[in-house]
Amino acid sequence: MSDKPKFAMYWAASCGGCEIAVLNTHEKILDVDAIFDVVFWPVAVDTKYKDVEAMEDGSILLTLWNGGIRNDENEHIAHLLRRKSKILVAFGSCATEGCIPGLANLSPVDEIVSTAFNTLTTDNPQGIYPQTSYNAPEGVLTIPTLYPVLRTLAQVVDVDYFMPGCPPESHQIAAVIDLVVQVLQGKAELPPKGSYIGAGNSTVCDECKRTRNQKTITAFKRIQEVAPVDPTLCILEQGVPCNGPATRSGCNARCPAAGAQCIGCYGPAEGVIDYGARLITAFASVVDAREPAEIEAILDGIPDPVGQFYRFNLADSLLRANVGAWKKNGH
Amino acid sequence: MSEQFEPVIVGFTCNWCSYRAADAAGTARVKYAPNIRLIRLMCSGRLDPSFVMKALAGGADGVLITGCHPGDCHYVEQNYKALRRFLLLRRTLMGFGMEPERIKLIWASAAEGVRLAHEIDSFVEEIRKLGPLNWPKWNGNGQIAEKQPIMEVTA
Repeated sequence: MSDKPKFAMYWAASCGGCEIAVLNTHEKILDVDAIFDVVFWPVAVDTKYKDVEAMEDGSILLTLWNGGIRNDENEHIAHLLRRKSKILVAFGSCATEGCIPGLANLSPVDEIVSTAFNTLTTDNPQGIYPQTSYNAPEGVLTIPTLYPVLRTLAQVVDVDYFMPGCPPESHQIAAVIDLVVQVLQGKAELPPKGSYIGAGNSTVCDECKRTRNQKTITAFKRIQEVAPVDPTLCILEQGVPCNGPATRSGCNARCPAAGAQCIGCYGPAEGVIDYGARLITAFASVVDAREPAEIEAILDGIPDPVGQFYRFNLADSLLRANVGAWKKNGH
Repeated sequence: MSEQFEPVIVGFTCNWCSYRAADAAGTARVKYAPNIRLIRLMCSGRLDPSFVMKALAGGADGVLITGCHPGDCHYVEQNYKALRRFLLLRRTLMGFGMEPERIKLIWASAAEGVRLAHEIDSFVEEIRKLGPLNWPKWNGNGQIAEKQPIMEVTA
């Protein structure tokens, strides 16, 4: 066994993009290898849950956790890694706020399963569905059970730091790795527990270089309906719902810089209690109408408000899930 | 069910008009349903949609938002902002599967105490017809907890 501090990374309900973002730090990844002993990282090294279970509590210095808690396996490993880790980081949007997998909180579990296994695009003539437990001749086989709603990591276990982003920007990951190196060398101190790391404290608008004037909007449009997109004018001012006003800075406003609206992957800005509520406030302020009928006509330009306002943040919002998702669960 | 369902309503009032209307109703001894808990804001434009979401997630069955009549805002035009927010918020809550009738916006001047009292009464009855919202509480480990009775805090 090496004396190096131990590092782990795990994925739960996520897409794997966070792991790719870590690899996108290029040669910085060699620092991770030089400093740490990678003891558990299912996507990169072959270790088993029982290896982790055999470790002493608190023996892993740093665990990066990406993904939301969707099933009992996710929850079990969350508790296990919390016990074994000194520092547990909710890494990426899924772990911090639910992200795209959290949008399943708009549907009951049986609908989610049926969409995956029995829709027009799925060839399943006998209607075979996965069973969570099966009596095979060799013994009982089990697979994880889906929970009614997806939860964020902090809704399940105590989390030390949050690193937002879908995925976190590679330069931000590199900065965090640098910080950890400096802390290990005694040259820097860890930020206070519960801090957001690898991100800014302001909004995407604050980092955006586009010109902002007094905004007044008479119609919301999809970006492909704005032709051509003015390269220097605020995207929201051009009528495209841009989530910049409520979204945490840290990405250097990459999407607006590239001519696309911010979709909010860095989550709520500092001090925002409910991400969607902040966006409702922002969008309602720029609508240029006073009569209810006129206002409603403009708001028709946002056909899916929950999708627009909670694309990344639904599982961490005040309401968390829609009626359909929780009502069928005996509530 | 032996007990009648008593809706819990949170009402937001504007310091300059609807709060005074409620006050006037009280002074004139006009009765209105005790189901509503009024919260005074400086202006309907101060109403952050998260207040409404927090109320609904925390056990309220309906939310009443009140403000000055259009054109009468103490801060020039913040009640128009409140109107736009309300309309967008209502669409969003419908996306969460809520009945749109659970939130309502009404205008009431400081002189309209009687009218406000009637509006409150009819809103309480509308919510009573809809039944309880019962938005779940998620307890510490994130599982859906049983509905908790609303704790009544008296001064």
